Amino acid sequence: MQNAAPKTLGPLSRREARFAWTLLLPTILSVALVIVLPLMAIFWISFKPIALEDLRPASALVREQLRGKPKQSGDAAIIRYKIRNSSQKDPIFGVTLADEIPSSLEVIAVDKRCSLKGKNLNCSLGAFEGGQRETLEIRVIAKQDYFSNNLKITDSIAKVTGRGENILTNFNFTLKNFVHVFDSAEFWTVIYATLFYTVFGTIGALVVGLFTALLLNIDFRGKGLIRGLYLFPYVAPVIAVAFAWVILFDPFSGSINALLVQMGVVDTPINFFGQKPYALIMVTVFEIWRYFPLSFLFILARMQAIDVEMYEAADMDGASPFQIFWYLSLPTLMGILSILFLLRFIWTFNKFDDIFLLTGGSADTRTLTVNVYEQAFAVSNIGAGAAVAVVIFIFLLFFSIFFFRFFNREEGL
Amino acid sequence: MSRNSYVLALCLGGMWSIVISVLVSVAMSFLTGMAFKPNLTNSAALGVIAGLLILYFKSKSTIILFTIFACFLLEFPNKEIIWISEDATRLQKILTYTIFSMVLVLPLATMLKGLEPGKVDRFDFETSIIRFLTGVGFIIFTVAVFIPFYVMIMTSLKSQQELLLNPLNFGIDFSKGLGLFRSYYELFTDFNFGTYLWTSLFVSVLTVIITLAFAIPGAYAVARLKFKGRSVFSQTILLIYMVPMIVLALPIYIGFSMAGLRNTLIGIVLIYPVTTIPVALYMLQGYFRGLPAEIEEAGLMDGLSRFSVIRRITLPLALPALASVSLYVFMIAWNEFLLALMLLDDPAIFTLTRGVASLDSSEVPRQHLMAGAVISTLPILVLFLALERFMTKGLAVGGVKG
Repeated sequence: MQNAAPKTLGPLSRREARFAWTLLLPTILSVALVIVLPLMAIFWISFKPIALEDLRPASALVREQLRGKPKQSGDAAIIRYKIRNSSQKDPIFGVTLADEIPSSLEVIAVDKRCSLKGKNLNCSLGAFEGGQRETLEIRVIAKQDYFSNNLKITDSIAKVTGRGENILTNFNFTLKNFVHVFDSAEFWTVIYATLFYTVFGTIGALVVGLFTALLLNIDFRGKGLIRGLYLFPYVAPVIAVAFAWVILFDPFSGSINALLVQMGVVDTPINFFGQKPYALIMVTVFEIWRYFPLSFLFILARMQAIDVEMYEAADMDGASPFQIFWYLSLPTLMGILSILFLLRFIWTFNKFDDIFLLTGGSADTRTLTVNVYEQAFAVSNIGAGAAVAVVIFIFLLFFSIFFFRFFNREEGL
Repeated sequence: MSRNSYVLALCLGGMWSIVISVLVSVAMSFLTGMAFKPNLTNSAALGVIAGLLILYFKSKSTIILFTIFACFLLEFPNKEIIWISEDATRLQKILTYTIFSMVLVLPLATMLKGLEPGKVDRFDFETSIIRFLTGVGFIIFTVAVFIPFYVMIMTSLKSQQELLLNPLNFGIDFSKGLGLFRSYYELFTDFNFGTYLWTSLFVSVLTVIITLAFAIPGAYAVARLKFKGRSVFSQTILLIYMVPMIVLALPIYIGFSMAGLRNTLIGIVLIYPVTTIPVALYMLQGYFRGLPAEIEEAGLMDGLSRFSVIRRITLPLALPALASVSLYVFMIAWNEFLLALMLLDDPAIFTLTRGVASLDSSEVPRQHLMAGAVISTLPILVLFLALERFMTKGLAVGGVKG
């Protein structure tokens, strides 16, 4: 069939293709805007020396005042503009000020940096250093309208413009972020935590999922209820269950610690989420607890698709339960298990919320994803956060090459 | 390897007895708040005897009576099966031993059913072991899944003093009546949770609508229409699954800060659907592929346009799928936490998860935090239980996403 199709596209199929792209366009655009663009931005930012406070580019600010307290018509006064650079360290260029002087004030003398055309005052002030302040003074005489109409000088708002150099868009690049990330003493701790969490979390969730699927593959009363219950951890909001775990395992008032002490298993309460070897194990256990429902669901669905006749035949041949599991069930489940393993591996690697809520990355539980947040927001070094994100991305690229090789062989999901 | 049912019975009996004595102790500790301590060696010994007796006599009721009797007999210092604190009443002790004996003997009898004393074949031998593993598995997993949720509810119904007094006490004091719900009342009156609930509902429903509006045409195109790059496209969707949210969140934070979209609900409603569109598209195209193409072709023959084919034929047929996808997307949006945390600062426009996160401070008592957790969990669980069929389907297809 495929070979018989004509090489050139007919008008009908061209129209179909055009229609297809029209339907896909909104999705492609939104994905490009929110996923592809940010990804490119991350690479860009990772080479920039940028901190959280640099996000707001330097700009000129102005304050306008009428000095000299004119009381009656003919009194002299001064309009004073105070202009400053909002940033303490970055310069702004081409600062200008534009304002409308009310006709009720007669201008006597303007600053030499300014020009007056009719009512319009225009000043060009040049470049401002970081933290620089300038004052402009316009001497005026108040006329009668000024008092009779109860005018205020700020009725017309003075506009300042100025081009602050935006650190995000200039061409200042640095490798400092990467040096900072790779050089820090905790880099290997972070890598270790990530791998430990990912490998054991994934395998654990798979094994528990397989075991629970085996449990629920038999029919009994209340099976639906148990199945629903076993899906709870995944369905509930992570924030709710994470806090429930933290409270349950609290060293001072947590029930688990009270129980362990009372039963004589431990002498003093264990700070499960704050002490070094335990914290990493606990977040991994939490990961298993929360995501085993997924593997369980997939595996159970696959199990129920296995041909019953195969089991009957095995039964006839006198195969024992373990033999049936080992030689019959497991090989048929191997496909779904490996797909699950790959997908879950990547997703566990990407997981952020869980650890962030449980430990905040303390006690050696800081994985790469938590490190992005830590660097960018806790330390306020956005550049370093982006550098960590790039490291994550390189890992993922690695995984996905492997992943697609595998998928092409496995014939898809 | 010879398989002896005596060895099996005493092994399973011993292990089962250990599991049950721990389980009963934990359950009684949580129920009464008093100390119950299992003595593992003694309970193993009793279990071994029970196992052998069951194998031999097969009479459940006599063996239960024997076990209860043994429990009392062993109530000397250091000889007890379960050490019970002095505060416990006689009744509580009897109750503990009776429960222990029944849960020890009845399942054990089921496990050892069909075994004859002496040599047994491999099939019966392994069947018994599997029954044992099934029992242990059910107990461990059910307890492990259930306890965090129970703690959530229980903590939210207690007062500060009760919590500090005895962390072991899992009981709920029903005599307080409506006073039980004080934390909830305060969350709704003082902490603005009513608004959060509405914001979350609004944001989630809007996310579902926008997601479907984008994903349905896209999924249809990928599933039905022939165009260059179709297979590349369906693979790229899977690639998007693999980009971690935190990596995107950083530039989104920067972009939103500059565009003035940070700290607005518009920003949230703009960003949530984009995170769900790829999943929804992927799920829907799978469903669309499963629908018979012939009906649509017949529609086209009859002169319907593509759009009317989608609207009149494909969508009604895919209604269950749409329900699954909607529920799944709703769940993602409702549970979303990271973006809400990064993008929302103003308590007036918090979503529910963001609101719960704001309760996590030393100034807010823990029962409030847990009440907030219950409020955020309850709607999604109720929805899940009510529409479990659709939800499970959605999870099974879309669940590759974390």
